[in-house]
Amino acid sequence: MYPIVRKEVLNPQVTLLEVAAPLIAAKAEPGQFIIFRVKEGGERVPLTIADFDREKGTVTIIFQMVGKSTKELGQLGEGDSILDFVGPLGTASHLTGYKKAAVIGGGLGTAIAYPQAKRLHELGCEVHAISGFRNKDIIILEKELNAVADKVVIMTDDGSNGNKGFVTDALRSLIESGEEYDLVVAIGPLIMMKMVSERNRPYGIKPIVSMNPIMIDGTGMCGGCRVKVGGETKLACVDGPDFDGHLVDFDAAMKRQGMYKRQERDADCRLLGGNGHA
Amino acid sequence: MPNISPNKVPMPEQAPDIRNKNFLEVTHGYDEAMAMEEAARCLNCKHKPCMTGCPVSVKIPEFIALVAAGDFEAAYHKIKETNALPAVCGRVCPQENQCEKHCVRGIKGEPVAIGRLERFVADWYMKNRTPELPAIQPNGHKVAIIGSGPASLTCAGDLAKLGYAVTIFEAFHTAGGVLMYGIPEFRLPKAIVQKEIDALREMGVDIQTNMVIGKVFSVDELLESGYDAVFIGTGAGLPSFMGIPGENLNGVYSANEFLTRINLMQAYRFPEVNTPVEVGSHVAVIGGGNVAMDAARCAKRLGAEHVSIVYRRSREEMPARAEEVEHAMQEGIEFQMLTAPTEMLGTEDGWVRGLACVKMELGEPDASGRRRPVAVPGSEFVLEAETVVVAIGQTPNPLIKNTTGGLETHSWGGIITEENGATSKPGVYAGGDAVSGAATVILAMGAGKTAAAAMDAYIQEKKE
Repeated sequence: MYPIVRKEVLNPQVTLLEVAAPLIAAKAEPGQFIIFRVKEGGERVPLTIADFDREKGTVTIIFQMVGKSTKELGQLGEGDSILDFVGPLGTASHLTGYKKAAVIGGGLGTAIAYPQAKRLHELGCEVHAISGFRNKDIIILEKELNAVADKVVIMTDDGSNGNKGFVTDALRSLIESGEEYDLVVAIGPLIMMKMVSERNRPYGIKPIVSMNPIMIDGTGMCGGCRVKVGGETKLACVDGPDFDGHLVDFDAAMKRQGMYKRQERDADCRLLGGNGHA
Repeated sequence: MPNISPNKVPMPEQAPDIRNKNFLEVTHGYDEAMAMEEAARCLNCKHKPCMTGCPVSVKIPEFIALVAAGDFEAAYHKIKETNALPAVCGRVCPQENQCEKHCVRGIKGEPVAIGRLERFVADWYMKNRTPELPAIQPNGHKVAIIGSGPASLTCAGDLAKLGYAVTIFEAFHTAGGVLMYGIPEFRLPKAIVQKEIDALREMGVDIQTNMVIGKVFSVDELLESGYDAVFIGTGAGLPSFMGIPGENLNGVYSANEFLTRINLMQAYRFPEVNTPVEVGSHVAVIGGGNVAMDAARCAKRLGAEHVSIVYRRSREEMPARAEEVEHAMQEGIEFQMLTAPTEMLGTEDGWVRGLACVKMELGEPDASGRRRPVAVPGSEFVLEAETVVVAIGQTPNPLIKNTTGGLETHSWGGIITEENGATSKPGVYAGGDAVSGAATVILAMGAGKTAAAAMDAYIQEKKE
């Protein structure tokens, strides 16, 4: 059992849990992930590690309550325990040797981009953080990003924070204003990672994206997390989750993500006590 | 007076069109009278040919004589002298290629039903007796075992009995390896596997789940942290795909994923449990081994109307056990023999809709000694399928290899060992599918047993 030592509701949909998992905290690196199972009969769900504290022996996860399993996880509070918590899985991000990086988070992706920004900052790289949200009420991690980034740009779809537009717009104006990045890290919805990768293709800046497909074991066993990268089939759990955004077949990945939509809806209805099938 | 019937006493089983709709065990096992009647068919040969076929040298004629005499408890202890998991072996061993193949009664009729008798004895003991804990004298040494499948469980049991403090590291949330995630409930009830694992725990074996060695600890870190020796029993968990177009369409599973969802995650109970599995009305399973049979029979039980095994050679070359093929046929699985898939066809929204296939004929024998299938020109056709399961084999997971310096492996991933299980790295032993590639439960158990003896010798020698 893995006790929850801190819980923070970041916005109505997004929750932060700091979990006591000293063995994982001792080895975790930015870009790696854990798999949790809330209780007996629960699914195994991968979540990227949002932060870790080797001294306290804790691992922080930030997640959106979208499906049955993340909702069950979100219902736990401080002092409760998660039944299974395994990691650190996946290959750590390669972040050494860069001078100036744009670290881009789309919505919840900001939580996954944050450890990368933090590590780049620790390595002496100049970090520009760009995050996008639907509106100002659901902005997360602004304070944390300010602590590790030399520049923070937060965009909202509706302009409610006074900065209307998408992260791709912000990236373009920074590049056009003369910022010379040798690395772009883009983490968020598949469509956002695709757009960012496409947008910087003419500039030849290497984009690192983080794939989070459906998987079971996280060790290369099930093969469920297949992604097409540069024409080859890769497993996100062991070959990734980071890949070169210029090589990822995002369209195929978006189709694979929809595999269990019907079952997710059914399970969700049961969880909420609903009986309508939308 | 021996029973001179040329046939085995039949074992009761669920009718095919009932069992292909549930996940309960297919066969019910012998009762006491049936077991004694079957045991009386054994001639108790002096030279014990059956034993030569058993990878763990179960004292077969001796235990069968005890069954014939009605002393089931003594029969159990006789089997346990050399076999740690009789309830498992009695169910999943390919006896027809092992003990029963050498049975003298098999020359003019059916061999003695050694597997069924082993299962009966193990089940009888589980039902009627409380296991006695062996007297264990701790010897002050620690060993680490990576993985918790049949090789590891056997190795752990043997070392624990010798007094070692044994820690098993399992990556999944549940111990048991392929016995839990791979072999379906209807062939090997999980409660039986769990009992064997519980028995190891009672013997003092520490089983740590959620521990991916190679990530949370390396093998070197285990050795540095005070384990005197390490056993790698991580199996063959890496699925092979065909490399044909369309393999990443939705609805295409590796057999590993399909079976893990159903067996370990119990997706057949969805939505009572949270893990789903997608099974269309037409399912194609590619491959001809036991794993393919398991996947096909699971698909049928999950409501598929048509389930086809697609195999590029003929029935004769099929690696699956004869019993499994027969059971699958009885349950309505359709067999597309001499058929090779060339492409998986998809719908616009990315779901598989069919398998483009070509008929094959058998040519000259290849390296495996089996006749090589050759495509018949003009025989292309499309097999409708909303779900495709690729069951063409598994290789060892490279996670340990990639994180353990000095561990030599074959190009296909198998760990290179000496006969006693010693790897190229001092103090590190390996066995089971991680060494041999995908094989059987009993061979893995044999390897675990051999390695346990070698590890004991290594540690005792180092001490002196």
